[in-house]
Amino acid sequence: MKETPLSNCERRFLLRAIEEKKRLDGRQTYDYRNIRISFGTDYGCCIVELGKTRVLGQVSCELVSPKLNRATEGILFFNLELSQMAAPAFEPGRQSDLLVKLNRLLERCLRNSKCIDTESLCVVAGEKVWQIRVDLHLLNHDGNIIDAASIAAIVALCHFRRPDVSVQGEEVTLYTPEERDPVPLSIHHMPICISFAFFQQGTYLLVDPNEREERVMDGLLVIAMNKHREICTIQSSGGIMLLKDQVSALTSFPLRGLSSEDLLLLYMF
Amino acid sequence: MAEVLSVATQSVAGCRARPAHIVLNQVVLPGEELVLPEHEDVNGLGGAGEQPLRLNSGARPRLRVVCGPGLRRCGDRLLVTKCGRLRHKEPGGGGGGVYWVDSQQKRYVPVKGDHVIGIVIAKSGDIFKVDVGGSEPASLSYLAFEGATKRNRPNVQVGDLIYGQCVVANKDMEPEMVCIDSCGRANGMGVIGQDGLLFKVTLGLIRKLLAPDCEIIQELGKLYPLEIVFGMNGRIWVKAKTIQQTLILANVLEACEHMTTDQRKQIFARLAES
Repeated sequence: MKETPLSNCERRFLLRAIEEKKRLDGRQTYDYRNIRISFGTDYGCCIVELGKTRVLGQVSCELVSPKLNRATEGILFFNLELSQMAAPAFEPGRQSDLLVKLNRLLERCLRNSKCIDTESLCVVAGEKVWQIRVDLHLLNHDGNIIDAASIAAIVALCHFRRPDVSVQGEEVTLYTPEERDPVPLSIHHMPICISFAFFQQGTYLLVDPNEREERVMDGLLVIAMNKHREICTIQSSGGIMLLKDQVSALTSFPLRGLSSEDLLLLYMF
Repeated sequence: MAEVLSVATQSVAGCRARPAHIVLNQVVLPGEELVLPEHEDVNGLGGAGEQPLRLNSGARPRLRVVCGPGLRRCGDRLLVTKCGRLRHKEPGGGGGGVYWVDSQQKRYVPVKGDHVIGIVIAKSGDIFKVDVGGSEPASLSYLAFEGATKRNRPNVQVGDLIYGQCVVANKDMEPEMVCIDSCGRANGMGVIGQDGLLFKVTLGLIRKLLAPDCEIIQELGKLYPLEIVFGMNGRIWVKAKTIQQTLILANVLEACEHMTTDQRKQIFARLAES
């Protein structure tokens, strides 16, 4: 199905409301929607609800041969899928642009930042390593998919336990969960993406845009940070011009938004 | 063996088809069959109790019952096609009334005679393509506005909101809508003004708000002066004096679906104070 078109009346109303610093659901400029995280019965399964946007994450692992040029490192594989129940506009094969952009951003945020210690995933150098696969499914689209997906990915990775392995000389023993407790992954830090939507050529800014606001925005800036104030990824799309001061002011903001999310995650583990 | 079989078929038949008046206001599921009440016309035309000669031998006369949304005629029974509560409306004069299923859904299917709010998505030659939320965009001729002639075209741009009525709505063809009634007058239909907010709610809430004795609209009117348009496709357009008031009205209407009457009255009282 085609996406429902945005009428001129809605666009005008939203832009005027943003100029008066009012949002549709009564939030302030820097307010996030409520985040709810719930876990499934398996290790590594979680559902994240950011307002009405819902993402399901599942982590699984498998023993494979390593890549030739990285013989002592495990393999990380991320996959985000936009399910057809998320929005009427999502059809198989139709949403490729958005899908590619989201997947690239997730990979840069989680793999290039080295948040997971891949050396610890090596079992026998050059022969057997763990391949960790993170599958994310978008169940409902109400804006800001990337934030919800990054939270779901990192929470699922923290929740996941892989089977214990012991190597004695030439012998490798893989223990079932009944024999020995599964082992958590070695995670250095937890990067989380925060999205900023820009309107009127960068004059107005909103954090955590919902679906209506995403339709009328000029550009989007995504900053991925962890609680040590390290920036893992920055991506700007939409072609708006931002000044250096604006960007550095924004990088100090995410800590305010992060602290509440981070506390929540820390309390769970 | 034959007795067991006959008992089994009787009990199965008894489970499958129930009289409609017993199931009234209860939840029915798709696949259930309902038996209509049958009335015999005992008082014949001759006052002395003489039965008039029946031309259709054997068939008993039935009252004409209208089969509404969620039901389908299947032989001489009604087959339920949607899940929800079964409702019945007594007939005004003659006939057997209307039976329908009150179900909840958000996706709109165009129905003939519905007043809907559409968004213009394309202008091609003599017709506008208007999105009403169904599977295909509806077509709207430029002559279907009040006072429109070939020389005097209506001022409609892509992206405008239109309030009109569906005149053709089959599941096999694209729907058609018009902005005039059968006398040629606009009667409130046409292009909806520039400001204001459009938002989407479930179809059941629209039907509830458009019921003749709905208190919600009267209470809303007492709060702020407002303009409001309801489309049967789940779209509501609302406009008040300031943006803040418009946003409050939109949020209250969306929340009305899940609030009880007392909660609603509390919220209105609080809004009226501030």
